[in-house]
Amino acid sequence: CGSLSKDPMLKKRDDFEDILEERRNSSDLKYALRCYTPVLYKGVTPCTSSMLKSMVLQSDQLHYVINQVSKETGKATDDIKEEASAILEEMAQCLQLSTVRFFAFTLSKAFKTLFRSICVNEDGIQRLQQAIQEHPVVLLPSHRSYMDFLLMSYILYTYDVALPVIAAGMDFMGMKFVGEMLRMSGAFFIRRSFGGDKLYWALFSEYVKTMLKNGFAPVEFFLEGTRSRTSKSLTPKLGLLNIVMDPFLKGEVFDVNVVPVSISYERVLEETLYARELLGIPKPKESTSGLFKARKILSEDYGSIHVYFGQPVSVRSLAQGKVNRCQFNLVPRHIPRRPSEDIASFVNDSAYRLVRAQEENMVLKPWVLVASLLLQYHHQNQAAGQKRGIALGELTAQAVWLRDLSRQYGAFLHWPDHIPPSEVVSSSLTLHRGLYVYTLKQHKELLSQAVILLSCASYRNQALHVFVRPALLALAIHTASSNQKQEVFNSFSFLRNMFSNEFILCPGATVQDFEEACYLLVKTGALQFTQQEVLVTERGHRTLAFLSTMLDPFLQGYQVKETLCNGCVMFCVQKGGCVHNSIQRSREHLRIGLKYMEVLSSDLQKNSLAALLRLGAVRKMKG
Amino acid sequence: MNYGSSVSGERLFAECKYSTQALHIILNLCQYLFFHRQEILKWNGWGYSDTRFLFNKKGQAEFTGKRYRLSGMIIPALQNWFEGTFGASVQHKSPAMPILTSSAVQPPTLNEAFVDELKSTGIPCSHDAEDRVFRGHGHCLHEVFALREGKVGRVPDIVVWPNCHNDVVKIVELACKHNVCLIPYGGGTSVSSALECPPEETRCIVSLDTSQMNRILWIDEKNLTAHVEAGIVGQELERLLNESGYCTGHEPDSMEFSSLGGWVATRASGMKKNIYGNIEDLVVHVKMVTPQGVIEKGCQCPRMSTGPDIHHFIMGSEGTLGVVTEVTMKIRPMPEYQKYGSVVFPNFEQGVACLREVAKQRCAPASIRLMDNEQFKFGHALKPQVSSIFTSFLDGLKKFYITKFKGFDPDRLCVATLLFEGDREKVLQHEKQVYDIAAKFGGLAAGEDNGQRGYMLTFVIAYLRDLGMDYYVIGESFETSVPWDRVLDICRNVKARIIQECKDKGVQFSPLSTCRVTQTYDAGACVYFYFAFNYRGLSDPVHVYEQVEHAAREEILANGGSLSHHHGVGKLRKEWMRETISDVGMGMLKSVKNYVDPKNIFGNRNLI
Repeated sequence: CGSLSKDPMLKKRDDFEDILEERRNSSDLKYALRCYTPVLYKGVTPCTSSMLKSMVLQSDQLHYVINQVSKETGKATDDIKEEASAILEEMAQCLQLSTVRFFAFTLSKAFKTLFRSICVNEDGIQRLQQAIQEHPVVLLPSHRSYMDFLLMSYILYTYDVALPVIAAGMDFMGMKFVGEMLRMSGAFFIRRSFGGDKLYWALFSEYVKTMLKNGFAPVEFFLEGTRSRTSKSLTPKLGLLNIVMDPFLKGEVFDVNVVPVSISYERVLEETLYARELLGIPKPKESTSGLFKARKILSEDYGSIHVYFGQPVSVRSLAQGKVNRCQFNLVPRHIPRRPSEDIASFVNDSAYRLVRAQEENMVLKPWVLVASLLLQYHHQNQAAGQKRGIALGELTAQAVWLRDLSRQYGAFLHWPDHIPPSEVVSSSLTLHRGLYVYTLKQHKELLSQAVILLSCASYRNQALHVFVRPALLALAIHTASSNQKQEVFNSFSFLRNMFSNEFILCPGATVQDFEEACYLLVKTGALQFTQQEVLVTERGHRTLAFLSTMLDPFLQGYQVKETLCNGCVMFCVQKGGCVHNSIQRSREHLRIGLKYMEVLSSDLQKNSLAALLRLGAVRKMKG
Repeated sequence: MNYGSSVSGERLFAECKYSTQALHIILNLCQYLFFHRQEILKWNGWGYSDTRFLFNKKGQAEFTGKRYRLSGMIIPALQNWFEGTFGASVQHKSPAMPILTSSAVQPPTLNEAFVDELKSTGIPCSHDAEDRVFRGHGHCLHEVFALREGKVGRVPDIVVWPNCHNDVVKIVELACKHNVCLIPYGGGTSVSSALECPPEETRCIVSLDTSQMNRILWIDEKNLTAHVEAGIVGQELERLLNESGYCTGHEPDSMEFSSLGGWVATRASGMKKNIYGNIEDLVVHVKMVTPQGVIEKGCQCPRMSTGPDIHHFIMGSEGTLGVVTEVTMKIRPMPEYQKYGSVVFPNFEQGVACLREVAKQRCAPASIRLMDNEQFKFGHALKPQVSSIFTSFLDGLKKFYITKFKGFDPDRLCVATLLFEGDREKVLQHEKQVYDIAAKFGGLAAGEDNGQRGYMLTFVIAYLRDLGMDYYVIGESFETSVPWDRVLDICRNVKARIIQECKDKGVQFSPLSTCRVTQTYDAGACVYFYFAFNYRGLSDPVHVYEQVEHAAREEILANGGSLSHHHGVGKLRKEWMRETISDVGMGMLKSVKNYVDPKNIFGNRNLI
């Protein structure tokens, strides 16, 4: 996993431009109807959406799989072909400029009401444009909101960049009319699960590859697979990444450029929905009427959005020395094969690297720091049985301390330095009034209190990637039996391993992560190293306390899980059932006196169960 | 060396002159090729001393000499192409050292006992510096570049010229007795570092020059075979056979200079293999002298089921096992009729699809080659000055028709060159069949002239490299073979890799990176790459060049291409042999070497 440049503070990042500013000053209609002439891939084979479909249906890959399926099922190949063509109809996008223009118009209106600004790094756009010309491009935005992909296309349209085709979940298809609109703006739809369906897999992968190889359009999908409800990056899903890397590995294209895009929302539209989902209230089904009902959000202020187009990553250079491409020499390339071990681990490593690249360029707002502080404060209070607020002055002082710390750790913090800190803190409090007011009030009702705390936690989570490595070290020092370096490392390594389902920790990078954490803590004067020992300095205690407290809720979550698992016989069949079951149990525990509401989060529970399964502490049983 | 498996240069360029000048040339050859090839051939570049490209005072390119059809002609477009493609300038010269200073050559390490006994046999030998240097290299870029700078590394200590098979037997016996290292030398056209003397070799190195063994010993018209001494060079063999109305049809690009023995030792391929076959198809019987004795089959049968074919230990052994002395080869009556042709395709993809179809229908003409767009332009730059206004008018019209009327993009179109051979009627029929297939892939017949010029390009390219080297441009060609389904991918990726590597290695100007498909087979094709760049501003251009070539070879292998189609492995590509033929394969080759030559007398260290 690519470690950061030695000193994260020196990380160079581009400046932002607000694209809404121009929208507020000129005609949206004109904008929607303006001349759109994007630069295309130099090797592009011009083709239409319907030509793409027939290319897929006529490909060697598909021929092979159709014959195979026919042999296995005894169905006539013609029938299977028909089936294939129907699946493709259901899947395929049909990008139309007119629809894009429609969206350009309506989204302009909506964005202007919802957001104060949409800031984009124009240098990133330029790099993207260059990349598109040279090689097929894959866009990998972070996924925090339904807005993400519309926003992406909107920005690309604004900058005259080739519009992407986007892999979307089938859920949207359920929305009458809207589904079709999305299709016409470049979305193609994939079933959520198609496990053993060879035909579906072949169609889907061939469809994506055909678009990519021909340079039809940049292919966009979400590495995290789904919207992160916690604002923490999710463990990457590898299916699509495997597919888009395949043409390079098999030599069908010279290279593929992968562009991580970090979209940071000051306030996510789905804020409270997510918290409720995490507590086990099912997400509302995507429907047009639902969307219509949700229009009430238009009246709220969601602050600004920052979209950072990262450095294009060449798959060729990623694979250099990691994958032996000769492995495809002895079997025709169109015969589907399970990826070899080296390819599987290469794709997995790359996926983590790319998610980290997304994380690195996520813009953090002051509120993220404030929320982290408030949460810790709340928990301390609760433990002490007190119910009082925190003085704004104290909060500000702490926020300034945290601001400096996070900057030293390389956070991409947008803290307006020209405004007095107290104003910065109070204005971010205003935007998130809904949350902190209740926090301070100590709502009685468990559920709504949990919703608020989880929402707050989701803001803190935005900053986790900055602190997680030093925090693990802080925790390791705390839990290690001695100050011996080796002891601390062992304990770091154990914690890191345990939390590897929870945070984005690159596989196999334990030593690197440890070194990075040590470097940061030493640099900021919190730690000192002697030959054998690790020593916490006088002023380091505060930092270390803050850092380990940050991970406390997670630690407790895993502990609860462990107790639960130890205490009761696991009789549940499905994971989902199990999670639900344990949520109820956690609730009971909470009554007994758990410190952290977050333990209730289904995400935490799911991750901890996965970790325990992985570590062999729990076994899945059938029956 | 085969600079592209190409047409008989002689036929193409000197055809008309055979009658008047052949005798003269042959006399020259006989006189000079005997011992002192360097008097007729360049010592630090390709081909004949009197033949070279140069930019004259007006800046126009000229091809000197009288040997080829292009000789003595002005090539008006070359300068523009050259300067435009490489960012080079005819003002910036990088001339070669004109003569070899003998002080640059290390004095020979002589094994006195060996030399004494050798002299007593009466077989001619020499340890003259020029003779030694001339036989101490092939034509890899680094070899020629060093010579141009007057740098000479380890070279043979003594050159010996056996006159027949028995002479070779004696020499090998003596070499074994006195433990000296033998390196067979045929035409010296290797492009695999095969002729380089291993620097770690401390024994006396003897270059065994086969050039005096150049006779056709007999022709068997009943079986259509000829028994030939292995030192004969290609054009000589064809000329002598032609006198009796026969030919071998084996025409590698290097056939003017490369020898029969060299072809056998490297598994050579000729451009007309579609009719005549490659060397392994042409050879009926081989005699090779090894330290263990002479290896040969006991009969001259067309095919045998007698265990692994021992010819396949010999073919491709690259001088590591012994010296090929005599070969019985298939011959054919000379073709009644020959016709060139060409087809223009809108793009390379269509062109490859057409070649694939032609191969599928097994109707490939004697030669069919597909040049990419860059090479098509290169070929155009080599058009000699046209004499009549009518011709240039016609050219303009053709260009208009193809680009404007047919809508071909001049930056994407590519051209296939064809050579048909046989009896007249069949040739015409065959021609129609091929053009019909081409039409299905959008191909337009583009005339005989273009076809002929295409073959000329492959032939003069080696002279052009010397021109480039006079102006800070270095380059090389390399080849591979690849399954059909990967042809397009390998062409694209290797060309792109070359460009990327040049950029990464600090080459200031964009390189020429181009390819052509030169042979078709049932299951794949042979692909040839040319790559050259302007090295101004680089401190160690040869090193950069070697890094790029290395990367390009890695790319070839990663794209399912072979280590070599016909150039061989030599020392240049040895590092990839294990992955190419597996551990067991290496073990097999090594155990054969250990049995045949346990003292490593044939110590050129090629291949394994």
